[in-house]
Amino acid sequence: MPSFSRIFLGLFCLLVAILLLAPTLVVIPMSFNGNKSLAFPPVGFSWQWYENFFSNPDWTTSFSNSLIVALIVAVVATVIGTLAAFGVTRAAARTGGLLRALLITPMVVPGVVLAIGIYAVYLDTHLVGTVTGFVLAHTMLAIPFVLIAVQASLEVFDRRLETAASSLGAGRLTVFRTVTLPLILPGVLSGALFAFITSFDEIIVALFITSPYLKTLPVQIYSSITRDADPTVAAVGTLLFIATSLIIIAGLLLGMRRGRT
Amino acid sequence: MTATHDEGLRVAAVRSAFLSRFRPRGAVWLAAPAVLVLLVVLAYPLGIVVWRSFTDPTVGVDNYVWFFQSAVNRTVLQRTFVVAAWVTLVSLICAYPYAYAMTIVGKNVRLALILCVLVPFWLSGVVRTLAWVILLQDSGVINSILRGLGLSPVKLIRTLPGVVIGMTQVLLPFMILPIYSVMKGIDTRLLQAARSLGAKPWKAFLQIYVPLSLPGVYAGAIIVFILSLGFYITPALLGGPRSILLSSLVQNQVLSLLNWGRGGAMGVVLLVATFVLLALAAPLMRQKHASSRREA
Amino acid sequence: MHAPQRSAGAAIEIRKASKRYGAFTALNDIDLHIRPGEFMTLLGPSGSGKTTTLNLIAGFTDISSGTLEIGGKSVTGLPSHKRNIGVVFQHYALFPHMTVGKNVAYPLALRGIKGDDREKRVKRALDMVKMADFAHRYPNELSGGQQQRVALARALVFDPPLLLMDEPLGALDKKLREWLQLEIKRIHRELGTTFVYVTHDQEEALVLSDRIAVFNGGRIEQIGTGRELYDSPATLFVGRFIGESTVLRGSAEVSGDETVMTIGEQKVVANRRLAGDARPVILLRPERVALKRPGADVVPGENRLTGTIAEAIYLGSGSKYEVRLADGTVAVVRSPLGAADFGIGDTVDIAFLPSDLILLPDDASADVTLT
Repeated sequence: MPSFSRIFLGLFCLLVAILLLAPTLVVIPMSFNGNKSLAFPPVGFSWQWYENFFSNPDWTTSFSNSLIVALIVAVVATVIGTLAAFGVTRAAARTGGLLRALLITPMVVPGVVLAIGIYAVYLDTHLVGTVTGFVLAHTMLAIPFVLIAVQASLEVFDRRLETAASSLGAGRLTVFRTVTLPLILPGVLSGALFAFITSFDEIIVALFITSPYLKTLPVQIYSSITRDADPTVAAVGTLLFIATSLIIIAGLLLGMRRGRT
Repeated sequence: MTATHDEGLRVAAVRSAFLSRFRPRGAVWLAAPAVLVLLVVLAYPLGIVVWRSFTDPTVGVDNYVWFFQSAVNRTVLQRTFVVAAWVTLVSLICAYPYAYAMTIVGKNVRLALILCVLVPFWLSGVVRTLAWVILLQDSGVINSILRGLGLSPVKLIRTLPGVVIGMTQVLLPFMILPIYSVMKGIDTRLLQAARSLGAKPWKAFLQIYVPLSLPGVYAGAIIVFILSLGFYITPALLGGPRSILLSSLVQNQVLSLLNWGRGGAMGVVLLVATFVLLALAAPLMRQKHASSRREA
Repeated sequence: MHAPQRSAGAAIEIRKASKRYGAFTALNDIDLHIRPGEFMTLLGPSGSGKTTTLNLIAGFTDISSGTLEIGGKSVTGLPSHKRNIGVVFQHYALFPHMTVGKNVAYPLALRGIKGDDREKRVKRALDMVKMADFAHRYPNELSGGQQQRVALARALVFDPPLLLMDEPLGALDKKLREWLQLEIKRIHRELGTTFVYVTHDQEEALVLSDRIAVFNGGRIEQIGTGRELYDSPATLFVGRFIGESTVLRGSAEVSGDETVMTIGEQKVVANRRLAGDARPVILLRPERVALKRPGADVVPGENRLTGTIAEAIYLGSGSKYEVRLADGTVAVVRSPLGAADFGIGDTVDIAFLPSDLILLPDDASADVTLT
């Protein structure tokens, strides 16, 4: 390719990269705003919105709610999703394919349609505003991510290793514990991370099944944006941005090291 | 000694025969808990939505008749599709060169480019929409820059272009990642082969590379289009009365007007549109020729 | 008859060509002249520069210094798609989204050849490689050998005056490879196109080529027919790379026109001497050496070295022996059918005439490169 088209491609990609990343960066200066306003440019400098996030019970409880729900979902969805991945991979090809298509439907069902359905069911069963309700709904939404992550590991896993282990006298559970699980662990862990984030970020269903007694962080952010111009949301956004970036960089570095050895 | 050894081997042989014979049939049941969760929190709720759309308040297709007779609803439905189409098109234009660049640059630049995709991919959608609110609002970044340059401010928030821009940014990773994963697998030596046969570089690119990358394009486009159809948060925060989309209408019917039947009917229309699109697009996404390059 | 039209092959003239990648010199000052219609094989171990040379001719890389002419015209700076050269790749490089027929028609379409003419030529090219029945299949439905034949048809369908092949049979099994070698030879004979063939397999080079250029470490060690390379290698590397051989080393003295080498406690006489003062080594071809019982069947003037049989292999057409000599060297000997049989552990003499040995300057790098 001639060099001028390479330069054009480079500039274009730079613009796209800016479009991808830069808009989010705007929350950082806003989080240090001296005024209680989201208007640009921010005035002065203050840590007050971070203080507010860590001291205001609205924010602290919604944060801990999200954390509790997401942790439970990460465990439950990872167990259920990993089992399902085994089912899909090891079943006959046709059955497995159908099962997989079925289990990833939560990814494509429009969020609002799902949300009103779950809301209707939860109203009848008194699950609105309960941890159980959140965990159930988020587990369903997280299963596809775990399934995909674990299945990717299972597909490159050499099943003859299991046969070898069992021929050496290992029982089914021992084979799983000592051979299969250690080898697919990266897939299981990334599945767990996916599940955690799916739940931690989920908003649409949460907006419907939330109650004044149980709010999650995204719901709190959403209502803060719609109700008042409180820069605390920018502080939360900045914290989430930093946490997310660190997790991804750690993941990429780990992946690179594994790729090298 | 030998006796126990043989015994052990025999047991192992029987056991492994047992395993290989019975595991495939048993394996399906490992998915049972996942299927159960889906039945309870996906199938049953969707069933209720469908049921109410035909029964609330009266049995019949009244809610659907109402939906398609209302000019407002038809406009919103049409607008939802148009917005989804725009978002898909703009994402594709941004994503294709970006994904291609990811395949040809060195390791460090590629890492940077991947990072630029993954951070927004993982970062909470609400936070990213918040960023767009800050950027696009009347007292936002873009308008302060315009004012600083002595230009008159532009109305961006609560307009359709604002919604399309915000949604494109949020959905762009869903377009880039599938395209990249297909492009990564394309054997670029085929381009060299095409040139040895007499093809100019751009012709080789159009005739060999682009067709081979299409499964990724189709996959990305269908994912972005479907997610756009059901998008709720970004249009709700960035949009206004004249840029309302179907999801907001559903929410409004159910939460504000408590009209489950009409809300349900809208939801069913959205759901059916989604699955019809998926069914139509599924054959396009298959990489039917992919195996050949692995053999070589 | 079925084949594309006989075309006059193009000559290639490479002079003082070098190719450098940063500090690494892939090709060091090579000269190579290929005659029109010739089947020239570039032979050498991996990293020796043979593929770099092919890429230079094809236009996939640029020459760092020197000149390159194809058909009497300089092609420096001419991009590959304007060179009109057929290339067959080791990895086939068939377009997976096109049928066999479409693949073969592709270069014709690029040249604006349409309709009946195009179809006729595609058919002819596929007939030539015996793949006409597969025109509607996709590449991934074909075996490796079938894919490579289609690749050959695609590279030849536009009647290029020059065909380049980069280890085209490398990924195939032995039987198929031998059969395709004969096919390629037949097609070359029918077409009159210049073929330049890259391989690391010396047997393949001997089967196919009019002439062979032996590459080593970015240089050409020798260019010649298979017989020339085998019978009178110019360097120890060439001698060892082509065919089987035994290398004898010892302290050498030159007296008159003769070189006398002491190996262990025995002497070997060569009836010539090396120019210059390089340390000489002796290269023996296994079929030029006879196995004899110690002291028996003496022929006047022959050289004899005593050893024990370390390995005896029956090959059907004869036997192959490995004889451990007194100084530890293992000599390879091939005996024709009907010669005396020996068993492992037998003490024997290896016998050869001074005119049958090859005297070469020693080159330690030849050992390193080969292992």
